[in-house]
Amino acid sequence: MLRTLIVAGAIVGILAAGCGPAPADKPTSETPGGAGSKLRIVFVPKSAGNPYFAEVSKGLEKAAKELGATVETQAPTTADATSQVTTIKDAVQRGCDLLVISANAPDTLNDVLDEARKKGVTVVTVDSDITGNETHRDASVLPVDQEKVGPALVESLASLTGSEGEFAILSAATDAPNQNKWIAGMKETLKNPKYSKLKLVDTVYGDDEMQKSTTEMEALLTKYPNLRAVVSPTSVGMGAAAQVLETSGRYPGGPKANGTGIVLTGLATPNQLKKAVEKGVVTKFHLWSPAEMGEIAAHLGSMLHSKKVTADVGKTFDVPGMGTKTFVDKGVVYVGPLTTFDKSNIANFDF
Amino acid sequence: MSRRDLVPVGLLAIVLFVGSRLSARFLDAPYLLDTLNLYVEAGLLATGMTFVIVCGEIDLSVASTTVLVACVVSKFLGPETNPVVLVAMSVAIGSLLGLVNGALVTIGRVPSFLATLATMATYRGVAQAWLGPFSAKWPVMKGLDRAHLGNSPVPWPPVIWLLVAGAAGLVLHRTVFGRQVAAVGTNAIASRFSGLPVERTQLAVFALSGAMAGLAAVFLGSRLGVVRHDLGRGLELDAITAVVVGGTSILGGQGSMAGTVAALLLVAAAKTAMGVAGVKPEVQVTVVGVLLVLAVLAGNMAGLARRKAPTQA
Amino acid sequence: MTVLVVVAATARDPRFLSPQTLDSVLLWLPVLLVVALGQMPVIVTKGIDISVGSTVGLVAFSVGLIGKVNPSLPVPVLFASGLALGALLGSLNAVLVAIAKVPPVVTTIGTLTAFRGMAFLVAQGKQIDTNNVATALTDLGRNGVHLGPITVNWLLWLAFIPGALLAWVLARSAIGRTVYAVGGNPVAAALRGMDVKRILFSVYIWSGACAGLAGVLYLGRYGFVSAASAGVNLELNAIAAVVVGGVPVSGGSGSVLGVLAGCVLLAVVNVGLSVLGIAADWQLLAYGAVVMAALLVDAVGRRAKESSVVAA
Repeated sequence: MLRTLIVAGAIVGILAAGCGPAPADKPTSETPGGAGSKLRIVFVPKSAGNPYFAEVSKGLEKAAKELGATVETQAPTTADATSQVTTIKDAVQRGCDLLVISANAPDTLNDVLDEARKKGVTVVTVDSDITGNETHRDASVLPVDQEKVGPALVESLASLTGSEGEFAILSAATDAPNQNKWIAGMKETLKNPKYSKLKLVDTVYGDDEMQKSTTEMEALLTKYPNLRAVVSPTSVGMGAAAQVLETSGRYPGGPKANGTGIVLTGLATPNQLKKAVEKGVVTKFHLWSPAEMGEIAAHLGSMLHSKKVTADVGKTFDVPGMGTKTFVDKGVVYVGPLTTFDKSNIANFDF
Repeated sequence: MSRRDLVPVGLLAIVLFVGSRLSARFLDAPYLLDTLNLYVEAGLLATGMTFVIVCGEIDLSVASTTVLVACVVSKFLGPETNPVVLVAMSVAIGSLLGLVNGALVTIGRVPSFLATLATMATYRGVAQAWLGPFSAKWPVMKGLDRAHLGNSPVPWPPVIWLLVAGAAGLVLHRTVFGRQVAAVGTNAIASRFSGLPVERTQLAVFALSGAMAGLAAVFLGSRLGVVRHDLGRGLELDAITAVVVGGTSILGGQGSMAGTVAALLLVAAAKTAMGVAGVKPEVQVTVVGVLLVLAVLAGNMAGLARRKAPTQA
Repeated sequence: MTVLVVVAATARDPRFLSPQTLDSVLLWLPVLLVVALGQMPVIVTKGIDISVGSTVGLVAFSVGLIGKVNPSLPVPVLFASGLALGALLGSLNAVLVAIAKVPPVVTTIGTLTAFRGMAFLVAQGKQIDTNNVATALTDLGRNGVHLGPITVNWLLWLAFIPGALLAWVLARSAIGRTVYAVGGNPVAAALRGMDVKRILFSVYIWSGACAGLAGVLYLGRYGFVSAASAGVNLELNAIAAVVVGGVPVSGGSGSVLGVLAGCVLLAVVNVGLSVLGIAADWQLLAYGAVVMAALLVDAVGRRAKESSVVAA
């Protein structure tokens, strides 16, 4: 009996404490756009605890305010292929008009997304698309024109190294489609005779994990004594690489630079590298705005949901404050150009 | 059903009630039945785990076993396969992996929590080394693609799980083997002196747990259509929670299959209720972890579990 | 065994044997070593603490947050708060195992998820970035005692403190003897008037406190904490190090030097996999295999000893 009471008490207590009334159940006070009720947006990032997606959330919330919509972020605890299935099902049952999702795997969500769409939910992927299964979502908002990232990174690398020397790439997971596209883009760009003296010696993978990325970066320093530069197109990787360069003193001008030192560039969120930039370990790096990605996803999703726009190649739509966006192949929209962060502007960013 | 089994049933009723108060959209039969599909794998693992825990052991490797079986099967079988072959192969490989656990415990005399912790990493490690970052297509089972029972909204997988659990319950509660499992779990040394095949019983329960994990792979693969190395992380937690909340003594010796089934439905209902009410997933897993500890704690405090040396795992 | 791995790795790639690699190994060691030192007495008493990985993550994030909010706090205060928080989390395990008599594996699987969940709740979707961490703390990993071309970083020296303490307690004090006695035979220990409950209680608090210290070391080493990934799977490495280090899974014996050797082996394997360019997809398998091998060696050794006892 005691057992029953304790466990029952615990469940009731936890359930009651853990959840207020669901946002979907709140009475809708304003009904903009003449629609029957507020647009309910649910955002499912890859996993909880990632500030990059918190930025996307911020963008969604900003747009939701303009649209008079509600936004709820439901992040699975682990970034694996099945964790998002339950989250999506529950969200759809709770009530959802627009599902914004950053897919963990390109091919495990097909059924659950189809089910959601059958119930009238509009599905927009952000940041990571379900490549090869595009028919299971309505549209996709991706960071930047994928074709332009590789060349931009090589350009950045060339300007820092004088287009000369050995360099390595520190990537995230071996199966991250964005990463692989950009790396392929870099290799393609390197074929330009302009860059003939830049030599890619290795590509290693840190799984977006601090410990792993750090070990891989240290291994690079060991393996290639003549290393001139490292490019890391991922936040955690760049953070780890900066840390290693600082610890080992091998950044340009560092105590063990042995001449020119090792330069580091790539794609990362600015907060992680503020200290490194201030100390001169890192000169410059790049990223798009994850918040803008969220904003565009919300506006686009709302238009798709009310059928004001269709995701066909060449079709355009306007995002308030961001101008006109154009659909490219397979319902994909790109956010915009890369922002470059360096000593002059990094203090202005906080994410 | 004994009185002990009424505990999770009662709790299930409470959760359903609380859930319905939290969100008007929770008590929706087709939705709940559909959601149950997601818990069939955990249910099968819990069914096997009941035997292991009644036998006084634990199997932490079940989720990894499921994943490894799924990867092996999709690599070896063609895109379309005879369902009988598929199920037989999955169950066979699962049993084999379970036997490895059993051998470590019986022949190697490694405590089961360490042995299965090691295989938990190794099995998933093999799957990851083999498939790498890619997905493998799960073979389509010819003739078995009907998702529902007749024209009703009742999906097949939970029905199959309940049938398997029912059969397993009969084995556990009504056969000589079942009594041996409980006897070994109560006191392995005394069982040995009274002439029971202790090692063989332990081997059998680990093989059974592996077989259930193999069967779970069939449902996991069919549900998703593809398999990857990172599927089903943390499923072992759901399974162990269901067994322990269902009234099986974590110290071994006594347990109830009906309790496990009821408790699994309880875990499923609690998670679904929280999900529909918009509770963050990170809070949901915390609740399950706390539930597990509380269930054991409550059992111990109420003196339902027999006293044993505190250091035995 | 470590020597064997080093020789094999060097044979494959001579660059493995370089001061840079050694520095990597030395930097990799502290967090693992401290967690393993915490785990060791637990395993000696036939228990297990699976929750340590989450404890490290939760403490690293919490201490990072404390440092972020009060940037002027001196580093010793950060260490003290990490230790205290770790001990507090450990005491929860201790109460459940020693007093409520919940089996260690169930207790710590439960708290593994509960502590990770708490880390998410504390994090609120944020992370701790290098610019949130006091430079004095991150410098502990950058500087150290220079021995020729290698640098023995301060974090490692800090990690030696609990090591020395544990070695002394186990070898010289009454508590140490009781820990071994409880691990060897709890019933006999209780009959001889030893307070089994108090010993069990202490080892879980010790494990929590060590994990807490490791959390602060993690913060100093990486200067970056994500609630989702900090300390994940660390319990597996720590248990592996302890078992590889010759602490028998049947409890009752084991030495601190053995644990140190086990940690060095794991660190070398880990750094080696990267230097040799072995694909990331093989690493989980490598760990699993190392633990399996250690368990098997342990099992074979025990059987050999048992049969020789019978023969005598």
